[in-house]
Amino acid sequence: MDKIISKILFLAACSSTAILALIALFIFKEGVPIMAKYGLGHFLLGREWAPLSGQFGIFTFIVGSLCITFGALVLGVPLGVACAVYIAEFAPKKWALVLKPAIELLAGIPSVVYGFLGVMWLAPFIRNHFGGPGLSILAASCVLAIMTLPTIVGVSIDALNAVPKNYKQGSLALGATQWQSTRHVILPAARSGILAGVILGMGRAVGETMAVIMISGNTTKIPNSALDSVRTLTANIAIEMGYAVGEHRQALFATGVVLFFFIMILNIVALKVSKKKF
Amino acid sequence: MRLPPTITERIAKTILMLATVAAVSALLFVIIFIMVGGFRHLSWDFLTQPILDMGREGGILPAIVGTLMIVFVSVGIGAPLGIASAIYLAEYTREGKVAQSIRFGINCLAGVPSIIFGLFGYILFVVLLGFGWSIVSGGLSLAAMILPTIIRTTEEALRSVPREYRDVAASLGASSWQVVVRAVLPYALPGILTGVILGIGRSIEETAVVIFTAGSAIQMPQSIFDSARTMAVHFYILAREGVSNENAYATAAVLICTILIINISAYTLMHRLMKGRRA
Repeated sequence: MDKIISKILFLAACSSTAILALIALFIFKEGVPIMAKYGLGHFLLGREWAPLSGQFGIFTFIVGSLCITFGALVLGVPLGVACAVYIAEFAPKKWALVLKPAIELLAGIPSVVYGFLGVMWLAPFIRNHFGGPGLSILAASCVLAIMTLPTIVGVSIDALNAVPKNYKQGSLALGATQWQSTRHVILPAARSGILAGVILGMGRAVGETMAVIMISGNTTKIPNSALDSVRTLTANIAIEMGYAVGEHRQALFATGVVLFFFIMILNIVALKVSKKKF
Repeated sequence: MRLPPTITERIAKTILMLATVAAVSALLFVIIFIMVGGFRHLSWDFLTQPILDMGREGGILPAIVGTLMIVFVSVGIGAPLGIASAIYLAEYTREGKVAQSIRFGINCLAGVPSIIFGLFGYILFVVLLGFGWSIVSGGLSLAAMILPTIIRTTEEALRSVPREYRDVAASLGASSWQVVVRAVLPYALPGILTGVILGIGRSIEETAVVIFTAGSAIQMPQSIFDSARTMAVHFYILAREGVSNENAYATAAVLICTILIINISAYTLMHRLMKGRRA
């Protein structure tokens, strides 16, 4: 009896890996043929996306995804790491108990709500004060910076808390201030964990869809400045999936293949980085 | 110029605190913005009327029912599977190669973006298995998505159960399954519940997966093989297509309230469990 139960539990535990494999299988099966037919180089580096005339180049979307992700990291990483350091090292215990779940709650807000806020408030603000269409790289980066905060802060706090207590005690005993200990002892020790948090946050930003559709403007052109509109890989899939058929639909799955690869690489790097111990 | 350490200390502390205040203000801003915009248009009728004129008129009852049904399917499948996975990882295996590769799969699955789950659910459940745009397709796709959340939280809860519980039960002659069911699970229950609640929350928030797999029918769903829209999808359609800003705000307010209740209760439960452990 116990043996059977153990087998059943083992099978359940394998389900995540099985689902991952199934996802890869189905997306690749739909997407890879068109990539092969159109040519991988053409597909990745082509600038022309005109599904009706059989042009499937996703270079502009790759650029769009990278721009927005980069912007989100520039804004989100300093903020996120600073929050994590404050909550883990400086905040009074009672506050930390409220602050951490409050920031985690940011992850609970539906991405469509962020997108809506971006459209109603942020985009007009940018349009009036900086110019451009408003729905832009800048707007999307700001919103994504907030959306990636919970990931960056959560993972960084765990990394900071994992630093052995005696590191800090030793440093304080030598007469260093709280900040000196944090800056020269704890942060270097927690570096790899914080880096893992940043990479996972990057994965979140690359994969985000609904908020990005609403606030990035979705033009299929290479942007010249942070105030231009762009379309990301995720947005391209989500916008056209509703009506795509035949090769067009396959090309969207191929876009999914590229996205999947990108995310898997980020995940694996993050896992490898966070495994490093002090 | 070098500032005295006490001054640097004060400056650093202030900057870090301001960053934290900024992050928390962002949260409060989102919540207040939606609540203020939404509560004016919120009424009992809004919660209990059908969707009329593509969402311009009427309420959101079908979207509420659709959300409940999709969450029911997703958690109904995802929770048992996730809890069983976590029990295996925490109670039935040592940290070896097998456990490591299972964990690797879970971590990777956790990083997969929702749009990919949407594509996957569309091709497998909607097209290949022939469920069409339906609550089943949506629920199954969401079940795959929430699996890592449930597994991680449950495993954490199981690991917080003191060793003695297992040792005492085992020394009384309980089999390993009896140890799990009688000694470990009751103690870890609040934590497991937290995982399930967080899974419910993620299912409610999700838009990309649902729109590709469950469609966006406006009618009241009659069975789980009907297409339906969730509140998040309804809100997205109202907001993106500029159907009605008032109703979009009101829907968002309902959505945010639900999410707040869910997250706060999940946190309170987990906090209680962890506090109990320390005492």
